Amino acid sequence: MIRIEGLDKSFGKLAVLKNINLSFERGQIISLIGPNGSGKTTLIKCILGLVMPDHGKIFFGDKNILGSWDYRSQIGYMPQIGRYPEQMQIQQIFSMMRDLRSTHHDVDEELIHSFQLPGIFKKRMGTLSGGTRQKVSASLSFLFNPDMMILDEPTAGLDPLSAEILKNKILKEKANNKLTLITSHNMSEVEELADRIIFIVDGDVKFFKTVGELKSETGENKLGKALAKITGS
Amino acid sequence: MGKRIVLCFLFPFFYFYSSATEWKVGGNESMKTIHDALAAADSGDVIVVSEGVYREGEIVISKPLSLTGKKNAVLDGEMKYQVITVKASHVTIDGFIIQNSGYSDIHELSGIRLENVQQCIIRNNHLINNYFGIYFANSTYCSVIQNVIEGNAKTESSSGNGIHLWKSSNNFLSHNHISGHRDGIYFEFVKHSKIMANLSEKNLRYGLHFMFSDNDTYRYNIFRNNGSGVAVMYTQHVFMSDNIFENNWGGAAYGLLLKEISYSEIVNNTFRKNTIGIYMEGSSKTKVHRNNMQHNGWALRILGDCSGDTIVENNFSGNTFDVATNATMNMNYFHSNYWDHYSGYDLNHDQVGDVPFHPVSLYSKITEDAPYALMLLHSFFVDLMDETEKVMPTITPEQFRDDAPLMKPVKL
Amino acid sequence: MMKILKYVIYDVLRSKMIIAYTLFLFLLSSGLFWMNTDSGKTVVSLLHVILLVVPLISIVFGTIHYYNSREFTELLLAQPINRNKIFLGEYAGLSCSLAFALLAGMGVPVLISGSGEAAVYLVVVGILLTFIFTALAFLASVRSTDKARGIGTALLLWFYFAVLFDGIVLSILFYFNDYPLEKPVLFLTALNPVDLARVITLLKLDTSALMGYTGALYQKFFGSAWGISIAMLLLLLWLYVPLTWAKRIFFRKDL
Repeated sequence: MIRIEGLDKSFGKLAVLKNINLSFERGQIISLIGPNGSGKTTLIKCILGLVMPDHGKIFFGDKNILGSWDYRSQIGYMPQIGRYPEQMQIQQIFSMMRDLRSTHHDVDEELIHSFQLPGIFKKRMGTLSGGTRQKVSASLSFLFNPDMMILDEPTAGLDPLSAEILKNKILKEKANNKLTLITSHNMSEVEELADRIIFIVDGDVKFFKTVGELKSETGENKLGKALAKITGS
Repeated sequence: MGKRIVLCFLFPFFYFYSSATEWKVGGNESMKTIHDALAAADSGDVIVVSEGVYREGEIVISKPLSLTGKKNAVLDGEMKYQVITVKASHVTIDGFIIQNSGYSDIHELSGIRLENVQQCIIRNNHLINNYFGIYFANSTYCSVIQNVIEGNAKTESSSGNGIHLWKSSNNFLSHNHISGHRDGIYFEFVKHSKIMANLSEKNLRYGLHFMFSDNDTYRYNIFRNNGSGVAVMYTQHVFMSDNIFENNWGGAAYGLLLKEISYSEIVNNTFRKNTIGIYMEGSSKTKVHRNNMQHNGWALRILGDCSGDTIVENNFSGNTFDVATNATMNMNYFHSNYWDHYSGYDLNHDQVGDVPFHPVSLYSKITEDAPYALMLLHSFFVDLMDETEKVMPTITPEQFRDDAPLMKPVKL
Repeated sequence: MMKILKYVIYDVLRSKMIIAYTLFLFLLSSGLFWMNTDSGKTVVSLLHVILLVVPLISIVFGTIHYYNSREFTELLLAQPINRNKIFLGEYAGLSCSLAFALLAGMGVPVLISGSGEAAVYLVVVGILLTFIFTALAFLASVRSTDKARGIGTALLLWFYFAVLFDGIVLSILFYFNDYPLEKPVLFLTALNPVDLARVITLLKLDTSALMGYTGALYQKFFGSAWGISIAMLLLLLWLYVPLTWAKRIFFRKDL
């Protein structure tokens, strides 16, 4: 579904992504892990078209995404930090997004309800806590039934209960043959959700393997330990 | 008969006139033309002209008599003739509509012309569309009272003055309303005359133009919306008080232009909304006292060749520039004026500011040297510069200063 | 674009800062009209405000708004919407809000006081300056990822146009005073939108006569319908160039 070929990106002298070649298919949950500043967010932003690659191509389906924007109707994006126009109410944010995407049918409001957002629909965005804003971001990323979700640290600010709701939703959408790309620092969460792992350090993809492959190669049962072993060697 | 003797005793002149013969001129009268009446009348007679338009070419009065127009008695010059020429003293012209004098490049054709006469009275006339309105040549002790003089001037070269006096002295002009001429009132070689309570407006060049005319007085006049204001030149001992000079706007306009003036007084006048309130060039020993200078571009522009003038107890408010000068030396005296730009203090509450005021601002000084800098008028940078200079004067001429600036306006 | 514009306006008009700005303008201008019987003088005072405060507020508020809505812009960019539309929508939304504040805060008192052509011109050039300086704010913002640096650049731009430029012009006029400067003066005016706005308004006031020969020159040029169109066109150019430049940078910018 997504194919990345020979992707290079540098900010000034700093090379952030070096010759990235990857491809993802439907029905997968892919976890993007790596230390801070390794290039995870930049890679995501390249896919979203927020960052322009220096070299290389990204295909969504068969189409090169460079200079194109309509492919993003198939992507739901949840940013690491969601900030919204402060004077708008939660409800208005949802209706605005629907208005902007001109989508009035076939929306998935499941998360809105499971996070119990309708009860605080009239609250202004400026008054919300970080966690509540994350709930809004998460609900938005699933709202339009996209074929692909990109979630940047989705559970970071969420309470355990809400994190659980979100994880269940991700797994449910996998069953619907959707592709999900997640960045996370939480290994148990990665283990719970992901079936493939991209490990990226200093802009280099160190490996792209299934969780099963990782465990069998290292002989470890826990993903965290397996990772420690493989990166230590 | 007894009554007449009493009147004669009390009012000898009244008796003289009332005893004169009265000639009636009009369509329904025995006399059809003014010419006939003038020919028939004797000195001291009265000619009364009824309603109607009289086209009689030039009317020449050469006997001392009185010519009175009834309502709508119109004397028309048909754009060809001078309408009335007075060649005898003691003539009165009263109540006419006098219109359409001719225009000539050689002769200064007028509505009414007085030549070498004395003690004539021109009053209550309405002069419309004449080349010159009322023209005095070498005439003395005459009065011009309550006339309305409307010209139709298009260009300076093709138009004449409203009231024009040449080589005439001891005349009296009052309560006239003059508009639409080249100069409203023009004086050349006129001595000991008074100009009182006239309104001169919308004239092409000057509301009042004054040259080589010493010892004249003008008071209570209003000069407004004239092409370039009022000009008083090459004259001594002029007394100007209680006049209003306003709305003389334009690239080269001013309320009052003084050129080569000495021993004169400018007192109690109001200068409002003129590009330059008073422009002084080569003036000396002249008093500018107790005037209101409001909302002018430059309230006072005083050139370097002025000396011994005193500028005292005037109110300067709302002017863009208070004083402008091209001089570096000040030979004039500024004292006890009220300046609204003054920001000093008065610790002892004697209503006099404790620090001197420098009325020539830095920007005013700069524009004097570099006129193009006026393009920065009302620019923030310029205002900032002026304020800084006010606090720490370094460039503005130190001698231009009022050592006793008033804290409150002078009550006038 | 219209949709984004709508939501930005909705958001900005409710912010405390814009309400304070509107109130400030309103109190100031109605106060000036109320205290001053001479409307010409009031217009000059208001002109000072327009030339100084409006560019400052527009450029600072514009820059702050740009940086504060960066995350939201990112979210918008992740939607299937053209980048140019997002940029222009954000710009139009913000500048229209600021222009609306000016219109409500200053336009209403001006209209009520009925103080003539000059005052109307004042509001019009004020609105144009709002659009111009918001565009400059966006240009300063897109060129720098660092917020402090962006605001710094914006303030420098404001200082240059509102204050410094006239100082430079003054020195030029002073040093080259012996040369015929009429054409250079016109040219110099065109180089600064604040000066253009000032001259256009001044020419509608009778104080323009003070500008003497230069004023007559301006009057001849800007006084005609043709000249005033050129002046307005120049102001629009001052809006178009920074905005297009900023848009081009934004289009290829990494966020």
